[in-house]
Amino acid sequence: MRLVVDLNRCQGFAQCVFLAPDVFSLHGDEALLFSPRFDEAQRDRVEKAAAACPVQAILVDYSDEPTLRVEPDVG
Amino acid sequence: MSADADVEVLRRQGRIVVVGASLAGLRAAETLREKGFTGSLTMIGDEPYEPYDRPPLSKQALLGRARPEDTALPRRRDIDAEWRLGVAAEGLDRVAKLVRLANGATVAYDRLLITTGTRARPWIHPEEAALDGVFVLRTREDSTRLTRKLAGGVSRVLVIGAGFTGSEVASACRELGLEVTVVERGPAPLVGPLGGVIGAVADRLQRRKGVELRCGISVTALEGDDVGRLRRAHLSDGSAIDVEVAVVSLGAVRNAEWLAGSGVAAGPRGVACDAGCRVFDVNGIVTDDIYAAGDVARSPHPLFDYQFLSLEHWGNAVEQAEIAAHNMICAGPERRPHLWLPMFWSSQFGVNIKSVGVPSMGDQLVIAQGALDEERFVAVYGYHGRVIAAASFDGAKWMGFYEQQIAAGAPFPPEYRTVDRRTETLQPVDPAFPDPHLPTHGATVTLTGHSPSERRVTFVPAHA
Repeated sequence: MRLVVDLNRCQGFAQCVFLAPDVFSLHGDEALLFSPRFDEAQRDRVEKAAAACPVQAILVDYSDEPTLRVEPDVG
Repeated sequence: MSADADVEVLRRQGRIVVVGASLAGLRAAETLREKGFTGSLTMIGDEPYEPYDRPPLSKQALLGRARPEDTALPRRRDIDAEWRLGVAAEGLDRVAKLVRLANGATVAYDRLLITTGTRARPWIHPEEAALDGVFVLRTREDSTRLTRKLAGGVSRVLVIGAGFTGSEVASACRELGLEVTVVERGPAPLVGPLGGVIGAVADRLQRRKGVELRCGISVTALEGDDVGRLRRAHLSDGSAIDVEVAVVSLGAVRNAEWLAGSGVAAGPRGVACDAGCRVFDVNGIVTDDIYAAGDVARSPHPLFDYQFLSLEHWGNAVEQAEIAAHNMICAGPERRPHLWLPMFWSSQFGVNIKSVGVPSMGDQLVIAQGALDEERFVAVYGYHGRVIAAASFDGAKWMGFYEQQIAAGAPFPPEYRTVDRRTETLQPVDPAFPDPHLPTHGATVTLTGHSPSERRVTFVPAHA
């Protein structure tokens, strides 16, 4: 499961930091750092964090890894 | 058959090819499916990875708070695409409507989207760039290699270039407890994107955090030992410093070479397209089947004198990709212009830096809120008497307000009272951008050329 935060939108309200402290943290007064990947144990907390974000800047994808094709014999 | 019927056929059974499988390419593909495109979709990418997020590579990843391989982007929806990853596009045949791949294969398209982005500008001397210990930072692999090297323990890191990436690398290294020297050709860090007034604040911040900052000089040579490991850097002031690691942060090069000879207007400044993301050919005639979005695209923006803006911003990749995708499967009158206001962020040395608008167009600057010496402020840039941009240090909550001011062409200097204003009268000063004729590493915004519909342009008559 993965997530990304639109840091243009983020204003450092830090609701996510209180709700899922293992995934989101503040660096200094308002710069947000997030873990782009999280596991099942964090799922409920991340869901709450995404829902609580005042500017709705958190995009979460709970799906499994998609199957992708890497080209053989490049060159 | 009318053109509108054509669009319906395209939506149902057309072939859309996206060259460049990163943020812009992915968001465009999602938008195409969301808007009802049911034809075939092919995603071509030169890296063997699914689309991943780059900003964490110079922040969380270096700090050891996220692994570079864990940065795959979340999906908004299933895109049902054929992925061809690990193979670069090498050529474009506009007549046969084919993309040629590095492994000899060809892919036919009805609509093509170019989202090939940029790559890190390499160190000028290839044999020096190949030394063990010389790094750039753009891709997942770059980040993995650099992170591993830093974790192995190094005495001193040299950062070449104090733009945003270089400054972020320096910040992470200091936080890891490493000694850092930053060499910047300009007079201060961040001087290209934000000007010398704000650059002076970044300068103080870096020094206070223990960076050995050397501005106004450049690195002339990197010297290796017998076994090809970096051991010393020579500087333009005649001095030399012993280093094991050098991170070359000299901006980006646009991945447009593969379009050479194709007849589309592509070059070192990127791929020129109109406000609807349709690519121009070399004659200045707009194509209707080739589109561009993200870092590699440059397009005219009405708010900024219709100058062609090239924006290496995360937000631009998302917004422009959505507009391009919409326009690719719509008839003329339904098409939309890319009128997004440039916006970006950086976090370094514990400070959240944000910008909206185009600061480098500014001819005047005021500190509207906060104070420079507290490293917490909002700087507002003026251009010909109107607000053109704003930049903040730990003032993110104000960016939305200034975004509206810029969009509305609000007068400069601002006439209203602001929260946390420190002076009775705001005195505009020169923002001190470097002379654009002097060579420097790339800025995050470039302005070129001049040319001429939800969000549309409103022309406002000039005041008498």
